[in-house]
Amino acid sequence: MDTMTADAIAREALLSRLRALLPAGSVLHTDEAQRPYECDGLTLFRQLPLATVLPSTEAELLAVVQVCRESKVPIVPRGAGTGLSGGATPHAQGVLLSTAKMSAILAIDPVARTARVQPGVRNLAISEAAAKHGLYYAPDPSSQIACSIGGNVAENSGGVHCLKYGLTVHNVLRVRAVTIDGEVVEFGGGALDSPGLDLLAVLIGSEGMLAITTEVTVKLIPRPQLARCIMASFGDVGVAGDAVAALIAAGIIPAGLEMMDQPATRMVEPFANAGYDLDAAAILLCEADGTPEEVEEEIAHMSEVLRAAGATGLRVSASESERLRFWAGRKNAFPAAGRVSPDYYCMDGTIPRRRLGEMLRAIQQMEAKYDMRCPNVFHAGDGNLHPLILFDANDPSSLARAEAFGADILELCVRLGGTVTGEHGVGIEKINQMCVQFPADEREQFFGVKRAFDPHGLLNPGKCIPTLHRCAEYGRMKVHGGALPHPGLDRF
Amino acid sequence: MADALMEQVRAAFEGGQRLHIRGGGTKDWYGEAPTGGTTPVLDTRGHAGIVAYDPSELVVTARCGTPLAELEVTLAANGQMLACEPPHFGPGATIGGCVAAGLSGPRRASAGSIRDFVLGAKLLNGRGQHLAFGGQVIKNVAGYDVSRLLAGSLGILGVITEVSLKVVPMPVAEATLRFDGIAQHEALERLNRWAGQPLPVSASAWADDTLHLRLSGAAAAIRAARHALGGDPLDAADAAAFWRELREQSAPFFAGDQPLWRMSVPSAVPPLEPDGGLPAAQLLEWGGALRWVRSAQPADVLRAAAREAGGHATLFRRGRSAAAQGAQPGCFAPLEPALLRIHQRLKAEFDPAGVFNHGRLYPGL
Ligand SMILES: Cc1cc2nc3c(=O)[nH]c(=O)nc-3n(C[C@H](O)[C@H](O)[C@H](O)COP(=O)(O)OP(=O)(O)OC[C@H]3O[C@@H](n4cnc5c(N)ncnc54)[C@H](O)[C@@H]3O)c2cc1C
Repeated sequence: MDTMTADAIAREALLSRLRALLPAGSVLHTDEAQRPYECDGLTLFRQLPLATVLPSTEAELLAVVQVCRESKVPIVPRGAGTGLSGGATPHAQGVLLSTAKMSAILAIDPVARTARVQPGVRNLAISEAAAKHGLYYAPDPSSQIACSIGGNVAENSGGVHCLKYGLTVHNVLRVRAVTIDGEVVEFGGGALDSPGLDLLAVLIGSEGMLAITTEVTVKLIPRPQLARCIMASFGDVGVAGDAVAALIAAGIIPAGLEMMDQPATRMVEPFANAGYDLDAAAILLCEADGTPEEVEEEIAHMSEVLRAAGATGLRVSASESERLRFWAGRKNAFPAAGRVSPDYYCMDGTIPRRRLGEMLRAIQQMEAKYDMRCPNVFHAGDGNLHPLILFDANDPSSLARAEAFGADILELCVRLGGTVTGEHGVGIEKINQMCVQFPADEREQFFGVKRAFDPHGLLNPGKCIPTLHRCAEYGRMKVHGGALPHPGLDRF
Repeated sequence: MADALMEQVRAAFEGGQRLHIRGGGTKDWYGEAPTGGTTPVLDTRGHAGIVAYDPSELVVTARCGTPLAELEVTLAANGQMLACEPPHFGPGATIGGCVAAGLSGPRRASAGSIRDFVLGAKLLNGRGQHLAFGGQVIKNVAGYDVSRLLAGSLGILGVITEVSLKVVPMPVAEATLRFDGIAQHEALERLNRWAGQPLPVSASAWADDTLHLRLSGAAAAIRAARHALGGDPLDAADAAAFWRELREQSAPFFAGDQPLWRMSVPSAVPPLEPDGGLPAAQLLEWGGALRWVRSAQPADVLRAAAREAGGHATLFRRGRSAAAQGAQPGCFAPLEPALLRIHQRLKAEFDPAGVFNHGRLYPGL
């Protein structure tokens, strides 16, 4: 029997087992039916899986996991598919497991200030459901109307307000998950801590590689009475970067602190009508929230620091609608990039804030080197950069240059003392750069963590942590490509 | 110095010996006694000092043996602090021990726990490999979050040799209010209600029908909250002493012979009555999510009460009278089999020869 037929037979056997477990319509196998699942937000990588399953309950999900384990078939979990690093890219020999049908809000407890939800619930839906109690779920990724809480947990997602209110890891109390061993396990709980090792902390941000989330309990916090946002203009990006440090040094933790350079504001404005200062080399959005008295005090303090730090103009939102407009521009930066360019490639490195100016100058040089445009938006308060490389995927040379440009940025982040990913995850996209950030012993210890949860490597295999072999290949490729970029910089 | 520690670990790994990791020894009493009474000590205190601190980055990196007190003084000189207000439990406390014990203080419910502020760590694993995880930036999702896993690991995965922590500015203003004649159920009702409102509550404590509440934040916010809440203000020195004694457990409640149980439960659950209706001596913190109970009841009874409430119970201090008795209950609530298996596999991956702190967290780990 040739392997083609053996594979086809194995696939048929798997499909019939899956069909026996799930209702009709919850097991997809044709190319057309699976097409919507062939990629996540990183559209550069596309792959059809063997089968796509959409369990509606934890019991169905558990049954799928059992079958896959017994058949040694990899599973790739998928939430809303908005991930930007290819974390949910299907596996050619695997099952794609979508949580789209597990999207119920199970309970909101206004007294304990928690929400218990299924993994497919959209991030924003939680805050909408909690609003009548004056509560909300703080982490607000720009994708919040679409992305799922299961995906947020897997990526440890952040948002524009996480400098003050924390990331997913700071706002999740409990994750219920199915392990590849076929057990339902509770990580964390209703209390503020749980006995033993803090496995919840490792599970969050584990990119679907350790267990499959079936339920999440999140913290809800009281909605502040008032929020106001300052738009500060700067004549120079480096000066804007220093103003960020000045705010922090003055003991201020703004509710949001974002930066956009001029190419970014000019790209966004026609699309979002945010009212940005298009003559400024960079703008900062700096938000205060709290009681009216508190906001007034903080806005005054922030304005003073921003002026002293060289802001050429300040505008404070005069109404809630103006504040939302300021943010709408920022939150629509990615779609705007998609409008002005056939394709864009969103980077996600983090660097120590004090290196911001240096990083921006280096990116400008890279724009010249690769002959490509790269507007920049940042979660400036966290030092988390989102350079948006504009390119055309139909032009192979443009695509290759965009990828090399991106790799250059990420590797510079590592050399500046930062990381290749602040919130979008490694997935398959940044797997080569993990070789640059982590030596072999660290990577092997990561594999140890993986084995402790998933001894047979069936959950989302091949993502996140590169093998020794892969890093050796990448090393050879880089050396062949010529000298390392930026030889003058220290290696960390 | 890191090299000396590495040598000691490698020798233990190769020689099949165990090591007991120890900083200032201020938390020797916490957790299980490591098995093997005469286990040699790996003393972290020589590996000390702040490695990097730039206040505008809100990050400090320090070696494990750095005294917690020294670190706090350095931060305070720059108007910053460790957000979770960790307990010292003695003058010699080190930052390595603080992270490994994973204990947080009065500010925990509003600010987060010590693990929430860990950004990166260096670890000497059981093979004597010196590994770096996480980093010195506030957002970082490259690889599994091993550094946060180390918080509260009680040394069973290895020696935390260096740690990077996010720090926060000290509040501009602070006030402590005292409310007398408040029964426990009423305190719980108030604390949960207040936590659902945008009030700058940074700590709470209830005992003996008295509720203390600390407010921290902008001066205007404190003024507005005081106006809304009422209560009697404490003067600044008394307030500072009150929260310090609570954090260090030198307050009168913590004196005495009875075993001290730490019940970690959802904040809104009604008063626990582990003594079958007779309320044991209790002290509440963290908006009701942490309940200290002095009780001689059997461990099973207390653990069942905590479990039914949706939490867990830790035998925090055994108490003098218990020391004489025979079989001792475990300090930490037993793990579900599936969780225990993951613990065992993690231990085997980080410390395959079982060099470190054998049995300190759970027997066999
Ligand atoms: C326009 C745009 C803006 C964005 N802005 C932000 C931002 O501001 N901040 C930010 O952090 N991210 C942002 N993102 C990235 C993305 O939205 C987040 O990573 C999000 O958390 C992904 O959620 P998802 O449901 O789409 O997950 P998917 O893309 O479906 O999956 C992401 C990862 O999670 C795993 N996964 C999904 N569900 C489960 C589960 N139940 N159990 C186990 N693993 C699971 C998948 O295997 C995959 O590895 C943005 C993306 C877009 C397209």
